[in-house]
Amino acid sequence: MKILLVAEYRDGKLLGSVNELIAFAGKMGAESAMFLVGSDSALPAYAGTLYLADAAACGEFNPDVHKQLLLDVVAREQPEMIVFSHSSYGWDLAPRIACALKAAQVSEVVDVEGDALIVPVCNAKLRRTVKPKTGQTVVTLQAGAFGLADAPVGSPTVEKVAAAGTGKLEFGGYEAAEQGGVDLTKAEVIVSAGRGIGKPENVAMIAALAKALKGEYGASRPVVDSGWVEHKRQVGTTGQSVAPKLYLACGISGAIQHLAGMKKSEFIVAINTDKDAPIGDVADVLVVADLKQFVPMLTEKIQAL
Amino acid sequence: MKILVCIKQVPDMESKFKVAASGTWYDTADLAWRMNEYDEYAVEQAVQLKEQVGDADLTVLCIGGEQVKETMKKALAMGCDRGVHIADDKSAEKEPYQIAGIIAEFARDKGFDLIFTGMQSQDRGSAQVGVLVAELLAIPSISTIVQFTFAGGRIETKRELEGGVKAIVRTSTPALVTCQLGLNTPRYPTLPNIMKAKKKELVSLPVTDLLKVEARQETAKLFFPEKKGGGLVLEGDVGPLADRLIQILKEKTGVLA
Ligand SMILES: Cc1cc2nc3c(=O)[nH]c(=O)nc-3n(C[C@H](O)[C@H](O)[C@H](O)COP(=O)(O)OP(=O)(O)OC[C@H]3O[C@@H](n4cnc5c(N)ncnc54)[C@H](O)[C@@H]3O)c2cc1C
Ligand SMILES: Nc1ncnc2c1ncn2[C@@H]1O[C@H](COP(=O)(O)O)[C@@H](O)[C@H]1O
Repeated sequence: MKILLVAEYRDGKLLGSVNELIAFAGKMGAESAMFLVGSDSALPAYAGTLYLADAAACGEFNPDVHKQLLLDVVAREQPEMIVFSHSSYGWDLAPRIACALKAAQVSEVVDVEGDALIVPVCNAKLRRTVKPKTGQTVVTLQAGAFGLADAPVGSPTVEKVAAAGTGKLEFGGYEAAEQGGVDLTKAEVIVSAGRGIGKPENVAMIAALAKALKGEYGASRPVVDSGWVEHKRQVGTTGQSVAPKLYLACGISGAIQHLAGMKKSEFIVAINTDKDAPIGDVADVLVVADLKQFVPMLTEKIQAL
Repeated sequence: MKILVCIKQVPDMESKFKVAASGTWYDTADLAWRMNEYDEYAVEQAVQLKEQVGDADLTVLCIGGEQVKETMKKALAMGCDRGVHIADDKSAEKEPYQIAGIIAEFARDKGFDLIFTGMQSQDRGSAQVGVLVAELLAIPSISTIVQFTFAGGRIETKRELEGGVKAIVRTSTPALVTCQLGLNTPRYPTLPNIMKAKKKELVSLPVTDLLKVEARQETAKLFFPEKKGGGLVLEGDVGPLADRLIQILKEKTGVLA
């Protein structure tokens, strides 16, 4: 089998997710080549052919042009599988490629089983085994699902590619994430509020427990999106990545994007009314309880110690 | 201006799921249903755009069985003008390319200036349908937007990237955008608007008229993942539970020392 890996580059840097693509190719026992819109000065450690387009010339974000470049490489390499990360770059470009190639696209693959691909369903509560029916398949990989035991070595044989045309989207630059304020990465204890807190008034309850534990409080995305807690306290792929000694997830279901930001914590406690919530998969202790009763009780008892 | 918003009905994610007899999807009996969370932001943005331009006609589209009409009524109560229900009892078995094919077939030649979709559905979560619809219609698409403005036939959006970074992306209409969580604050339908929505047009079209593409993939099996964590599960009254947890924290972590 031959696989084409699509690496990513942003703001002058090659993204580390390239190693997950390499790990996936290894797991599939496949021959591979790689495609990157990036730069000479940020090449991946990869022993294979790298089709490299210059980001300065064709734009870091320019789906129409990237699509054309990639389709040209696909025509040359004739891979059976084209593999992206399931990331803001990957889930945007992959369907464009799949549509042009009349190929099946299987999103957010977490595992493989022979020629079948496994993907999550319903917030990772269930899984689905999917079989593509087309000669070529486009795949996006869930972040963190495939890893390498050792850092990859080697340097690529670079094959430069270029494209004509401009595309229909105009890229107006990046806007940095909000800066300053609380630095959750320094906290030894983080107590996070999820949608299960129910109403903004209950943030105080989470903050009080954090204080009793001499830590900081954080939040999952819906709590931030609702404006109950500021964005700087959001934990997850589009917030901060933390690894405190103790992480208490209160009323958080454990979506992959939240887990990505906290699963490296040393000790994880989840408080949830749903015994089957996916957060249970990473929690050292799952307390099945209504946080509105449990959290104040726990805070009181800790304060009394 | 003509606007289309595509919504999906999904089960409440806190439901207790069971694998259906077919072995390829979840059992749909005894579940509570709601609008796909991402699509609530899509509907809200479409309604805000309609309010901004004034002279606009906003259609909400949903593919599914009879029961999806309940969710469509919510979109009508939020401010959509008319509903197009594409009647398909087997929509759950369709893969994203087929769903996109149906939507594109409906939208083709109807002159929609803007199409809104969610970035992904909560149950299947493929994050494909929106972008595929745009590709099939050969119009530009911007995915994962957290900000949207329209002026003079141009849209300016912010796409959300990893780590909270955003990319500013502009294009001209006709265009499609896929909506990410937090794009806006979806409104709650008011009682008068719920009453008004009952009188709005909601037509059903048979899916067979619009399904022109074949499935490119199939589900072999749906299953529950093995529990890997093996963490401790504590249940009972909150008082003793809190004492247990404190004990564990003392033993296993340094934080209460
Ligand atoms: C591209 C992308 C990026 C994202 N980035 C992030 C991110 O950075 N961070 C993030 O958190 N999410 C992120 N998300 C959203 C993520 O997918 C989930 O939607 C989100 O994490 C869910 O938050 P939650 O667990 O608080 O809410 P829900 O999933 O709604 O879960 C609420 C939980 O509370 C429990 N509960 C309810 N009532 C109670 C009670 N009284 N007591 C105890 N438990 C209760 C429920 O059983 C449930 O498990 C992102 C999504 C996408 C698509
Ligand atoms: N059955 C459906 N009917 C109408 N729109 C849908 C349907 N399924 C998916 N969509 C739209 O496509 C988006 C992405 O879905 P998906 O590609 O399945 O993750 C959703 O947020 C909806 O806007």
